[in-house]
Amino acid sequence: MNYTLKQLSDALAAGQMSSRELTRDYLARIDALNPQLNAFITVDHDGALAAADAADAARAAGQACALTGVPFAHKDVFVTEGLLTTCGSKMLGNFVGPYDAHVVSQCRQAGLVMLGKTNMDEFAMGSSNENSAFGAVKNPWDVKAIPGGSSGGSAAAVAAGLVPAATGTDTGGSIRQPASHCGITGIKPTYGTVSRYGMVAYASSLDQGGPMARTAEDCALLLNVMAGFDARDSTCLDRAKEDYTRSLNHPVAGLTIGLPKEFFAAGLSADVARVIDAAVAQFKALGAKIVEVSLPKTELSIPAYYVIAPAEASSNLSRYDGARYGHRAAQYKDLTDMYERSRAEGFGAEVKRRILVGTYVLSHGYYDAYYIQAQKIRRLIAEDFQAAFQQCDFILGPVAPTAAFNLGEKSDDPVQMYLSDIYTLAVNLAGLPGMSLPAGFADNGRPVGVQLIGNYFSEAAMLGAAHQFQLATDWHARTPAL
Amino acid sequence: MSLSATDVSRIARLARLHMDESEIAAVQGQLNGIFGLIEAMQAVDTTGVAPMSHPQDVSLRLRDDVVSESDRRAAYQAVAPSVENGLYLVPKVIE
Repeated sequence: MNYTLKQLSDALAAGQMSSRELTRDYLARIDALNPQLNAFITVDHDGALAAADAADAARAAGQACALTGVPFAHKDVFVTEGLLTTCGSKMLGNFVGPYDAHVVSQCRQAGLVMLGKTNMDEFAMGSSNENSAFGAVKNPWDVKAIPGGSSGGSAAAVAAGLVPAATGTDTGGSIRQPASHCGITGIKPTYGTVSRYGMVAYASSLDQGGPMARTAEDCALLLNVMAGFDARDSTCLDRAKEDYTRSLNHPVAGLTIGLPKEFFAAGLSADVARVIDAAVAQFKALGAKIVEVSLPKTELSIPAYYVIAPAEASSNLSRYDGARYGHRAAQYKDLTDMYERSRAEGFGAEVKRRILVGTYVLSHGYYDAYYIQAQKIRRLIAEDFQAAFQQCDFILGPVAPTAAFNLGEKSDDPVQMYLSDIYTLAVNLAGLPGMSLPAGFADNGRPVGVQLIGNYFSEAAMLGAAHQFQLATDWHARTPAL
Repeated sequence: MSLSATDVSRIARLARLHMDESEIAAVQGQLNGIFGLIEAMQAVDTTGVAPMSHPQDVSLRLRDDVVSESDRRAAYQAVAPSVENGLYLVPKVIE
């Protein structure tokens, strides 16, 4: 079951199989393997088979799009009408979506067949998936390892062949880091490309949805469905619809790739560096020119992010009051006590920590010193990238300092966990597109991805460079033994 | 900077999070660790730098003042913990 979206799309178009057969096969694989991986929070057997039948009928009527009838999954951060949407939290443990997120309705209209909702760190806060109220996801390459986070369920599901593709969201690396740790391909588009309507909010000025799949080509196909202007998201950019597959066949020759020296400094493990060096050599062999660039504010992305994201989270999560939806405590004295106990019971430890940090940095007397200072540093970080893009078309570097660490290894130490986000956070702060593509394996046999970062709206060209890399390598085709 | 247990208790109250003393003690050290990380920001000279809230510096769109939503009260209240006659029920606020 290690087919690509492209292969399945072609097979369905050629009538080699029906969507119902395909959907049934994937559901059987989920039923067999999900108990050990915990990649799904909800599997929607009936809804998937009904959607598959509708897709087969649409195809018979000559109304199929490229991905009509192809199975996939949504990260459980996207609200789905009539289906449980938990966001990995006990707070939303009983929340059945009353409407569809924009991304969900786009995928429905395209005829994609949703098999279920994937596990994630609670409210997308985490780098290991250990913060899910529904238990940690296991990495299909080594069940002792974290899958990465927060889109760890989506990454593990794709890597294990439970689905050919899934949606994810990326606020500080939550598509790229799990993609790297699970040996798949994922892209976070330019901020404002994919509507946030119905995507449960964490840090609204950073949150961005994107596709996770085996290949860059598949990511382009799914991004074609996910992206597009939606007036219901006030920060969505009103731009013409584009075809993200249009540059897949463009050669790498003539491109200049910049290596930020700060991404190769102390802290990068030797085996990840070996994989990244090999990827650089591969791009060079394909004709890319390699130059050194500098992103001097890289280290400051950690404090800036861990002020801005918690600040926005504390504001966004104030909506969970136990009154209108979500968990309400069974016992309380008065209204304030109802809020306090419902929130104390509904949120997990990491979510509470970030709410507390955010509440503090936004409180009277600290706002300028923290939130405004972080937003100023955010601009300096964005300017660093623009200076670097004067010298190169794309920036290349690691996604994370190490391959996937072990479950439990850092779960009691938030600061160590935050430090592992060093190579991904700046991309969100600047609002740039970034992706991870499989590039090799660490000494312990766990996958390692290489990160590409492009300038605003360069997704198509970046996916093209990644596709050319994947035509010349087979890292993306490797699959775990399960 | 270092947060005392009293500070943490005050922040928890502002955030409407019930925390008992043992939870406050546990989170106090973690928060101080996180703020230790954040302090690195204070050394940066940002004089004259405009704060950035949207990467493209776009301002929020205005829309025409027309009805765009239909009445979906029943659907939204179906997920509420407690409703009666179309109203959300909460503990008594006014004596």
